[in-house]
Amino acid sequence: MIDLSNVSKTFTLHNQGSAVIEVLSDVSLTVAPGECVALTGASGAGKSTLMRMIYGNYRAQSGVIRVGGVDLAQAEPREIIRLRREVLGYVSQFLRVVPRVPTLDVVAEPLRAVGVGSDEARTRAKELLAQLNIPERLWSLSPTTFSGGEQQRVNIARGFAHPYPAMLLDEPTASLDAANREVVLSLIEAAKARGAAIIGIFHDEAARARVCDREIDVSRFTPGLSSGSEAVERYNESAA
Amino acid sequence: MTPLLSVQGITKRYGAHIGCADVSFDLYPGEVMGIVGESGSGKSTLLNCMAGHLRPDAGSVVFDTRGHGPRDTVTMSEPERRMLGRTDWAFVHQHARDGLRMGVSAGGNVGERLMAVGARHYGDIRDKAVDWLERVEIDAGRVDDRPTTFSGGMQQRLQIARNLVTGPRLVFMDEPTGGLDVSVQARLLDLLRGLVRDMGLSAIIVTHDLAVVRLLADRLMVMKDGLVVENGLTDQVLDDPQHAYTQLLVSSVLQV
Repeated sequence: MIDLSNVSKTFTLHNQGSAVIEVLSDVSLTVAPGECVALTGASGAGKSTLMRMIYGNYRAQSGVIRVGGVDLAQAEPREIIRLRREVLGYVSQFLRVVPRVPTLDVVAEPLRAVGVGSDEARTRAKELLAQLNIPERLWSLSPTTFSGGEQQRVNIARGFAHPYPAMLLDEPTASLDAANREVVLSLIEAAKARGAAIIGIFHDEAARARVCDREIDVSRFTPGLSSGSEAVERYNESAA
Repeated sequence: MTPLLSVQGITKRYGAHIGCADVSFDLYPGEVMGIVGESGSGKSTLLNCMAGHLRPDAGSVVFDTRGHGPRDTVTMSEPERRMLGRTDWAFVHQHARDGLRMGVSAGGNVGERLMAVGARHYGDIRDKAVDWLERVEIDAGRVDDRPTTFSGGMQQRLQIARNLVTGPRLVFMDEPTGGLDVSVQARLLDLLRGLVRDMGLSAIIVTHDLAVVRLLADRLMVMKDGLVVENGLTDQVLDDPQHAYTQLLVSSVLQV
């Protein structure tokens, strides 16, 4: 379902003396349907960079990134958009939404985008929000004012609304209490059971051991010292 | 799939000065494309060349018309182009007063475009105008008021209603949220997103506001000195910019 071969990534910082930073080289990996693979490695090893490349958010310098038959390294924007709508879900660490849109609609949106009717999409959104313990009185409010943990749970609800055949999870259990962590892990297990191919980053080792079938240490794809990639990550975060 | 709009080699010079040079891209149905760049980068020139407001010195703008398939709108006759401008195309100006008739009521502004495509029944036109005012969140009670009595945000929403009432397939927008305060912008963005999704519109949005394109546009074109320096998926161009100018543009945004 997710298939990478010989993928490499460098950042060229034109406005900082054209510094070229090699972050990843020659990454090859495969994730089958129903399988959950953890990306591991020290901070700065390139885990998030790799995940962003699989989502098409970062551009690969070379190699093939195939998800559900589409090569994200070569695909046109509209092909990537279709892939993200129908096939490839991504739960990032940060919630990014249009201000003013009610939480219920934020969560229902991925379903509306694949043509599910408004009522059905909202029903599913309500189920997920209830499951993730977001109080009902908040559903009609925009999540932009919510606490960090609440925003993360809204993000997870949104990410699990549509049954994507492939999913990328960036720290889905970070900053959650035990009860909510349990809900998220059971959502991941359910997604695996229906055949989703999942790649995740988990600093929570117990969570990783429970849901992941394999681990891939990203630092073996990191050329030389990896200290530079963290700087680039910061550079890009602040730029975005 | 046939592109809705296929732009090839659009070039416009102002004397020795380049407005925009050799711009080419295809826009597919349902796609929203952003064009960003600083003032003077040629983005508005390009938009006006595409929308038929300026005649390019070279290049073609092929639109997939309903009746006759792909046609070059640069070489089509003026009446044909005007008809396109009233039916399948819409243009949202930065300043609402450029896109509205300020001496005519709100309902009249919306109804006028319907009448231009042949609607004659007064009751139907008025009903449709009221319906559209509500869709853009203007109280139906204001239907007989002139836009001069509206706030800037309301005028902009009225302009959008006037443009979308005839069910266009392609909307050109020139800084649609420019000059509005932030809370009004957010409301307008939310409205535009909903309309684009529900009506399956394609749109080309010129702006210098990167936050606006991130929320509205599927893909992004970056212009500098009349040339396209980078284009691609919006979040990819913003998060992993490849060109020196795009990197500068993205890193220059102030954090809130």
